[in-house]
Amino acid sequence: MTMTKGDPEGGRAAPPQGAPEAPAAAKPTRSRRSHVPAAGTEHADAVERAQRDMLHEAKPRTRTRIGADVVCEAILRQGVDVLFSYPGGVILPFYDVLGDYPELRHVLVRHEQGGAHAADGYARATGKVGVCMGTSGPGATNLVTGIATATLDSIPIVAITGNVPAALIGKDAFQEIDISGITLPMTKHNYLVRDADELPRVLAEAFHIARTGRPGPVHVDITKDALQQETSAPHPTDEEVIAGLPGFRPNLDGHGRQLKLAAQELARAKRPVILAGHGILIAGAEAELPELAEKAQVPIAWTLLGIGAVDERHPLAYGYMGMHGWKHVNRAIQSADLLIALGMRFDDRVTGNVRTYAPYARIVHVDIDPSEIGKNVAVEVPIVGDVGRVLRALLPMVERVDPADRAEYLEELAEWRRESESTSWHGSGAWRDGLLSADYVIERLGELTDHQATYVADVGQHQMWLARYAGFHRPNSHLSSGGLGTMGYSMPAAMGAALGRPEHETWAVCGDGGFQMTIQEMATLVQDHIPVKIALMDNKKLGMIRQWQEIVYAGNYHSSNLLGPDFAKLAEAYGIPCFRASRPRDVDAAIRGAQAVDGPALVWFETAETQNVFPMMPAGKGLSDLIETWNEPEE
Amino acid sequence: MSADRPRDGGSSRGAAAIPEDVDARSTNPPSPAPAHSAPPPRAVPGSGARHRHVLVAIVLDKPGVLNRVASLMRARNFNIESLAVSHTDQPDVSRMTITLHGDDVAIEQATKQLYRLIDVLKVQDVTSEPTVEHELALVKVRATDRSRGEILQVVELSKGRVVDLSAESVIVEVTGTEAEVDGAVALLRAFGIKELVRTGTVVMSRGAGSIEEAIKR
Repeated sequence: MTMTKGDPEGGRAAPPQGAPEAPAAAKPTRSRRSHVPAAGTEHADAVERAQRDMLHEAKPRTRTRIGADVVCEAILRQGVDVLFSYPGGVILPFYDVLGDYPELRHVLVRHEQGGAHAADGYARATGKVGVCMGTSGPGATNLVTGIATATLDSIPIVAITGNVPAALIGKDAFQEIDISGITLPMTKHNYLVRDADELPRVLAEAFHIARTGRPGPVHVDITKDALQQETSAPHPTDEEVIAGLPGFRPNLDGHGRQLKLAAQELARAKRPVILAGHGILIAGAEAELPELAEKAQVPIAWTLLGIGAVDERHPLAYGYMGMHGWKHVNRAIQSADLLIALGMRFDDRVTGNVRTYAPYARIVHVDIDPSEIGKNVAVEVPIVGDVGRVLRALLPMVERVDPADRAEYLEELAEWRRESESTSWHGSGAWRDGLLSADYVIERLGELTDHQATYVADVGQHQMWLARYAGFHRPNSHLSSGGLGTMGYSMPAAMGAALGRPEHETWAVCGDGGFQMTIQEMATLVQDHIPVKIALMDNKKLGMIRQWQEIVYAGNYHSSNLLGPDFAKLAEAYGIPCFRASRPRDVDAAIRGAQAVDGPALVWFETAETQNVFPMMPAGKGLSDLIETWNEPEE
Repeated sequence: MSADRPRDGGSSRGAAAIPEDVDARSTNPPSPAPAHSAPPPRAVPGSGARHRHVLVAIVLDKPGVLNRVASLMRARNFNIESLAVSHTDQPDVSRMTITLHGDDVAIEQATKQLYRLIDVLKVQDVTSEPTVEHELALVKVRATDRSRGEILQVVELSKGRVVDLSAESVIVEVTGTEAEVDGAVALLRAFGIKELVRTGTVVMSRGAGSIEEAIKR
């Protein structure tokens, strides 16, 4: 067997010394044959039985339960059926037992970062906890980017790493690094386990912490000897887990007095706007959100991670806000007298300069994490709780507003919307001039997938175009690395999403920069038959970098030109069919071609090279200071 | 035990006073069009007035808990002035006394961030409460036959005591509030301080109330 991340002693037991078959190559075979009893005889049956027993001893059936078994049991007990991992020396004990758990699907990724993103994508698409694993040292540090991505976007994943045997910890052993020290500030919680008897409790706690309250990643580092140690420790019940975590009791229900105040604010507001965030999706409050909007006749704006919280066809769904959000949405926020912020955190990409943010608005802020309240903006009505429970409690208190009373306000917003949509690049129809515009590609992708696929964005310009133009009709159909902005996120995360929600087509939408960061996962798609369709927006640039250099850094284009390979040949080398489009009229056929493939497929869109995402809010400026054009020859 | 967790953050701008609110944001309803007259800038959270605060954190005595608290304070840009950690009367429970500078919202953020740590059971800002606040300092002071008598006098006046005597030095133990210890150290500095160690502040609320009893499981 090949050891990829070597540990000379960590492998499966070497063949027993002096195994009779090994040295006997050609010559003695005949003489040995003469000792084989004739088939069908009683003696032959006995030999066969003995051989079978020996095999069973090697392939354990009567073996004892070790720490590695506990890991598999714990994952299965949590209802997780797939894990993304990469073997290495100190987690080989885990790989040694993994074959005994056929119901647990193991996906061999090509890089641990891909595994962490895949677990993240699985979690976002399903709402379940995603699991990824890696070995000690480099395997563990490769997971870190994925863990950080999950932290900033509040994604429940459990990352498990092996570590060197407890006695070697602190000795700078081979592939030893203080990984729990590294993940400590970027996880919701983390553990170092040296005793297999602790594993059932620790793993149950890890899953409970990851998904409860504000979700987040939990890292469990397990020493090799703990994985190998025999244990009979039972798995704790849910009650035992909760009782064992006295410091972890998230508040789920909003305070009654605060709810009443929120209802009063709504009743007095003339120009309210709902800001829907990721919390709506995490809480599963997609039904309550439009109910509130309809009852009080309030338009809904959404954050990047709040996309899908409301069906974009809903009459009160107004649009995507923030730095590259729609102008009409930002304008509505800037002129609002009340913001109802639901499960969002007033990130700087949403507010811009806080001093000029929503200057007329009072703010009702609902979040499950008390530390988010008053962190970035001061608010009038803070409500700590699960946004679904808060909305269910709040709805009966909210006065029903007659649509006629809001007609003037909503008509004005509709007018702003018509104006902003007709002047955006997308609406201007630049693509009709033969230029392959990325936003046109995105729009066709949304149409041809009936807006029902799972769309996984990478980071950069295409991420913003996807958010603006794809048209999202379904919760959890949009996955994007919002907080950390992790390039290379899309393809691995799409693997997880495709495995978690196989009933939906899964599209990884990426630029040529991000694609080349985790391009090796194409091999995983092929080996594990994961039907991810990749929409590669190749402008041969780091587009967002180029845009900033053009607008903010006076056209000093340093390092934004990106040489890429021949992606068609590359895909072919991996065994993935590639469809290519460089003119608008090729787009539909390319997308349809990829859809017809049973398995992964790449669509290579060679898009306009100098297209910018507008509007754009420059850093340090406010939502009213959007840049809408920039000397565009094309426009 | 979670009764004292911040249910609804305190950084509210007059949330309780809505009916008779005279906030400019509510009394001047915006004109529908984006106003060209500059609106008042939105207040950023916090008064900006930095004061010294003392937080008491009751934490589970798990491996790495000190690291978690210290790492959080560093990552969130809080500057710890002193940090004292010790056991409590309950097994597996430790107590941290953290003194830091910041405005009201910064300290509230520190408290809320501490609560996010799974091993933290309770955090209390005792700055404005009646407390007993003490720290202990050991000061090794240069001493000669001529100065020793004077040192002893200073020690007596500042309610310290001498815990070690040698031909060329004395070690003085001083306890009291931070200011009292500062005062004694300043007086001793005149004789020449060879070495100084301070424990950092520990505090306890006056009266019968007990933070430890509040978290008993």
